Amino acid sequence: MPEATRPKPHLGHDNAWWWDMAAAGQLGIQKCKGCRSLRHPPRPMCGDCHSTEWEAVEASGRGTICSFTVLTHPQFAGFEYPLIIILVDLEEGTRLTSQLVDCSPEQVDFGLPVEMLVQEDADGFKIPVFKLADRR
Amino acid sequence: MPISLKNEAAVAGIGCTEFSKNSGRSELQLAAESIKAACDDAGISPSEIDGLISYTLDSTDECEVARAVGANHLTMFSRIHYGGGAAVGTIHHAAMAIATGQASTVVCWRAMNGRSGRRMGQGISGEITSSDLIHWSWYLPYGMLIPGSWIAMIANKYMHTYGVTREDLGRVAISQRNYSLRNPRAFGYGKPLRMEEYLNSKPIASPLCLYDFCQETDGGCAVLLTSAERARNLRQRPALVRGVCQASAREQEQMTSYYRSELISLPEMELAARQVYRQAGLGPGDIDAACLYDAFTSEIIMQLESFGFCKPGEGKDLVRDGGLDIDGRLPNNTHGGLLSEAYIHGMNNIAEAVRLVRGESTAQPAKRVEHVLVSSGVGVPTGALILGSD
Repeated sequence: MPEATRPKPHLGHDNAWWWDMAAAGQLGIQKCKGCRSLRHPPRPMCGDCHSTEWEAVEASGRGTICSFTVLTHPQFAGFEYPLIIILVDLEEGTRLTSQLVDCSPEQVDFGLPVEMLVQEDADGFKIPVFKLADRR
Repeated sequence: MPISLKNEAAVAGIGCTEFSKNSGRSELQLAAESIKAACDDAGISPSEIDGLISYTLDSTDECEVARAVGANHLTMFSRIHYGGGAAVGTIHHAAMAIATGQASTVVCWRAMNGRSGRRMGQGISGEITSSDLIHWSWYLPYGMLIPGSWIAMIANKYMHTYGVTREDLGRVAISQRNYSLRNPRAFGYGKPLRMEEYLNSKPIASPLCLYDFCQETDGGCAVLLTSAERARNLRQRPALVRGVCQASAREQEQMTSYYRSELISLPEMELAARQVYRQAGLGPGDIDAACLYDAFTSEIIMQLESFGFCKPGEGKDLVRDGGLDIDGRLPNNTHGGLLSEAYIHGMNNIAEAVRLVRGESTAQPAKRVEHVLVSSGVGVPTGALILGSD
């Protein structure tokens, strides 16, 4: 029996490029070609200028924790618990939902700086996650 | 001229099955039983039903329900999306149908084997890609597979910002459990909850623990509406629809509206409040009791602010003052709610609001109850309803 793995994203025109970038080790942000604004989660049209033209830019991967939750129950195959989920305010100004790794539930807090890394699962699936930034 | 929905339609009947963890029968049967009970309550034959409304999540088709209860011609049927966000949306569509003459006897129902059958938050599978599946794909690969995990993110930010404590959430859970001690239909009947037990309950998605979550229930609930004029001549005191609306706000997502600048309020519920108060010509000061959607305890405290019962950040103070209790400012979920009566996706909260207007709750407040506010699901496209006595 192969070990169970995390559920995979459903891929379509509006999100496959982001996961392709993740597989290449990059954190993507959608940038409107009409008004140059950044948006996440990606959408096929800009809600401000209504342009359908956009490009993918690479994020720095640096940000701070906006909010978080520590999941303990129920436990699903493919994940290790306690599982820390975070909202990250990226330096670029967009926000995304991700996982905090290499951190105990006691350490996580609002406002802590974090940095992205791409984690590779046993089945080869790659997903952007975050760890606490090194204190200088 | 636009048609106002104020006082056009009224709830003339409500009906529920028993609430359990294993109904032992189909969801179609639960739907049919609850609809028949609502018709009996109103003193109307099911053959008179000409409109049927439910949730997109309901497994039972309108025509199957119609056949089961012996309805004849249906001239209006509709489904509302977004899980519990559909609850008062069903009343919204019914009131519009009645006010515009599309149907005269409309039943809104929700029937589910929510514990023994398909439970909420069991993940999503399938090969078809849609905007909905792409939405969930930002969360499922990270392990956010249950509603509690989606709600916890905003609850944590809100509590951190305003100094809301676990004890405050516990006060909500205990207030509603106390109501359910009077309600023989309720899961919480005969099961008192103490703060110590609340605080020691199993952590699930921090800051939320077991007793912050609603029930999982098998059961059905139906609400029958007709014109206000006709309702006055039926068996029960009518509960008039003073105002009802649906509401989805800018940057709305289904459960994960995480990308707004502030995460410490419920913009869609504030929109619902503005709409429903304006339509009814009422304000928070006119509301005597409420059945606020309570899939999670934190949602109650946030909604007190959305609906203007206090200022932002002061919901916890209203709760600490006993504001939700039977002799408080706003007796809330006097049946026990989704937390302690049953989780019929909010339809049972609408039924309780009708009982409050009739003066028939098992925990009827001593004061006169003229107006009761009901809300739909929190964190999703939602809605609000004000029922009033005639």
